[in-house]
Amino acid sequence: MRRNGPLALTFHAIFVIVMLAPIAVVCLVAFTPEGYLSLPTNGFSLRWFRAIANYPEFVRAFWVSLGLGALSSLMALLFAIPAALAIARYKFRGRDTLAALFQSPLMIPHVVLGIAFLRFFTAIGMGGTFGALLVAHVIVVFPFALRLTLAAATGMDRSVEMAAISLGAGGWTLFRRVTLPLILPGVVSGWALAFIQSFDDLTMTVFLATPGTETLPVRMFLYIQDNIDPLVTSVSACVIAITMAALVLLDRFYGLDRVLAGKSDTGR
Amino acid sequence: MSFLELDRVGKRFGPTTVVDDFSLVVRKGEFISFLGPSGCGKTTTLQMIAGFLDPSRGAIRLEGKDLTAVPPAKRGLGIVFQSYALFPHLTAAENVAFGLEMRRVPRAERGERVRATLAMVGLEGFEERYPRRMSGGQQQRVALARALVIRPSVLLLDEPLSNLDAKLREEMQIELRQIQRNLGTTTILVTHDQSEAMSLSDRIVVMSQGRIEQIGTPQETYERPATTFVSQFLGKTNDFAAEIDRGTAPARLIAGSWSAPAPPGVAGPVTISVRPERIGFGEAGLTAAVVTRIFQGNHWLFQCDSECGPAIVIRQNDGTPQPAEGEAVRLTWRTEDMSLRARGSV
Amino acid sequence: MSAMVDTAPAHPVAPARDEGRASAPWALAAPALMLFLGVLVIPLAMTVLLSFHDWGQYKGIEPVLILKNWHEIATDPYYLEMFGRTFRIALLTTLITAVLGAPEAYILNRMAGPWKSFFLLVILGPLLISVVARTLGWALLFGGNNGLVNKLLMSLGLIDAPLPFMFTETGVVVALAHVMMPFMVLSVWAALQRLDPQIENAATSLGAGSFTIMRRIIMPQIMPGVLAGAIIVFSLSASAFATPAIIGGRRLKVAATLAYDEFLNTLNWPLGAAVAVLLLVALVLIVVGSNALIERRYAEVFR
Repeated sequence: MRRNGPLALTFHAIFVIVMLAPIAVVCLVAFTPEGYLSLPTNGFSLRWFRAIANYPEFVRAFWVSLGLGALSSLMALLFAIPAALAIARYKFRGRDTLAALFQSPLMIPHVVLGIAFLRFFTAIGMGGTFGALLVAHVIVVFPFALRLTLAAATGMDRSVEMAAISLGAGGWTLFRRVTLPLILPGVVSGWALAFIQSFDDLTMTVFLATPGTETLPVRMFLYIQDNIDPLVTSVSACVIAITMAALVLLDRFYGLDRVLAGKSDTGR
Repeated sequence: MSFLELDRVGKRFGPTTVVDDFSLVVRKGEFISFLGPSGCGKTTTLQMIAGFLDPSRGAIRLEGKDLTAVPPAKRGLGIVFQSYALFPHLTAAENVAFGLEMRRVPRAERGERVRATLAMVGLEGFEERYPRRMSGGQQQRVALARALVIRPSVLLLDEPLSNLDAKLREEMQIELRQIQRNLGTTTILVTHDQSEAMSLSDRIVVMSQGRIEQIGTPQETYERPATTFVSQFLGKTNDFAAEIDRGTAPARLIAGSWSAPAPPGVAGPVTISVRPERIGFGEAGLTAAVVTRIFQGNHWLFQCDSECGPAIVIRQNDGTPQPAEGEAVRLTWRTEDMSLRARGSV
Repeated sequence: MSAMVDTAPAHPVAPARDEGRASAPWALAAPALMLFLGVLVIPLAMTVLLSFHDWGQYKGIEPVLILKNWHEIATDPYYLEMFGRTFRIALLTTLITAVLGAPEAYILNRMAGPWKSFFLLVILGPLLISVVARTLGWALLFGGNNGLVNKLLMSLGLIDAPLPFMFTETGVVVALAHVMMPFMVLSVWAALQRLDPQIENAATSLGAGSFTIMRRIIMPQIMPGVLAGAIIVFSLSASAFATPAIIGGRRLKVAATLAYDEFLNTLNWPLGAAVAVLLLVALVLIVVGSNALIERRYAEVFR
């Protein structure tokens, strides 16, 4: 492989700096000891992290986001695992349509999804409930849960299952003892990716959230609309830290490049 | 006595016939190989015996009972897959124990049988290893142990050695043969490797394009191939077009300048098939010229251009001088070393 | 005969117990299918229906089928301007990501193993970090007199007034390009993975220079990746909400922020639904259309 020249490396350096600068600046400003937006030039301070505790709406929003992310990604998996097995295993009429339908929340702008869910849940009398938010999030994160589970199911050596069958395993035993352990890395990664998507979603959630069910991104967004101060940077820094933790988990279990590059889709 | 019987079994996928009219009777304790190139239907046939595919027609019987209605989990066959198909999340011992667990064998007996079977395949001390941390040969042995521990009525081996390197493959062949002899388990091996089929089997089923070409002992299929396909597939062979000359009495079989008394019962144009190692250089016979001469250690390989087309000759390296490239030679062979087929038959 | 001949079964997709089980996949997919029909297809249909309903300040939503909202969008130049801005921003964002992201992916691909994975992580990781946090970063850097970069440049005497960034289209495009960049890098990266690593050496051995290799060998092969990335970036940018809302503010409306306002501030749901449906339809047409074009153009090269 040929090496990069100095020009290319300079470009690369600037590119990486620009990509990281906005994120880095948020994290840095979060540690400022001053009462206004500034880089922490006179030492680091945790005062703005402590300040979060004085804003119960941020704390509550954080718990809502965490619960919503955990629950919706888990529920999405419960639906996605059998669906992934169906698509990976069988060739049947309507298979491609089904796969396209399951991927469609990725194609539909989240504004449109937010509006559609708002309309729907208001019409059936579930407007503003956590349940509505949960179901909406299950739909939105479903493609992510499905994609990695599907990749794992497609890439799985079918003869391992055949071996288990020939040894007398069947039905639930086969799934629990052999199939699930084999696709587990994909399932866990799908869960982590789905969790991140749910945890970070603003555009769709902003339509459904009410003061009792505000998620963290929604709370941050509404806060920023009024004013920008170091408090929101410390909250952002926490969000970034949580995402990083989920990323590390993903990388451990699956390899981040595989998750992001969606190598999975070539399986079809 | 018939133990496993395949009766006119056929398999179609949509419009394509993958296996056609497959009939075979396997005796108890026999070692049978399905031999053929990829896509010949040998694996499909194995999967039908295993129950992973249903035959489109025909019946498969084990000890007289129809297997077709029995789900694969209940057939009680042992299978070794090409990829070994070990459970990566279980240790070697847990892999082997799996089938016993499914059969609800008591824990104590289970442990004993697992230990004994692993010992039989030479894997004492590897009980707690995970497959990922084992070599290909070791994984192969675990797969074999896993299939054998349930005391299967029939052992099915799907290209089990094809992922091993040549040396290990030879060792495993010998070992496999010994284990099979000791246990007396009826075994069916699917392979595309003719030397593997020959060294392991009691009988070989040569398959091509979904059909059986020949069923016979290794020697029979090699020495007396029933079809051109068999003669070509089992080692190198030379085919020469020949005529029967009825103008003389007794009639003579003639291929170019080579001739011999025609065997009885043969008429019309025929194909003579001779193995390269059975051809010698002589004073009389087929006129040919050596095109290339390749030294291969224990033997010489000659590619010749004869009056009946290209010919391959293999001579033992016994120290005698051999013809050089470009030299004119005569090719000759004994009539008992050739096989004859009516020309035009496939 | 080689021992490594392809010995895969002739029908790798043939499932276990292949016959008489046509219902099995549907049984497995049924729960998800029900969920999608019930909570995705029906709400979307209701939204389309909603866009034809009437609305009044005092009477609220009236479930009638009229073209009032669509007529308003078609005739009021405000909406033309707004959609024009939306797609202008999306197009500029796409261009920037393509021009900068494609070379970066190429440079990345030429790096040595560990560096490659590290920087890939650095560049793609932000994809999963909250858009609000990332956009906030730009507001911190360039936001008015308090913007850190603005302050720095002013204290150095390089500029007199802060660079206009907040509430400008430029600001929205720059921040959006930053948010979308990982998608472009990813897409081009994927195309580069399909490239034979020896191909540049082959071209060199035939006497081609670096520039020729780039133009004649590399560019044509990563073009499908660039175009695929462009489609993703364009459609996501055109429907982006957080970045235009934070950087663009209330004055610089795009389709998504306008629909948001209609729904949660003005409460004119039918009009908001019409804007959203129009955005969806426009995007579907653009994406499907350009996909078809790309496939026709590159069908011969890539299967």
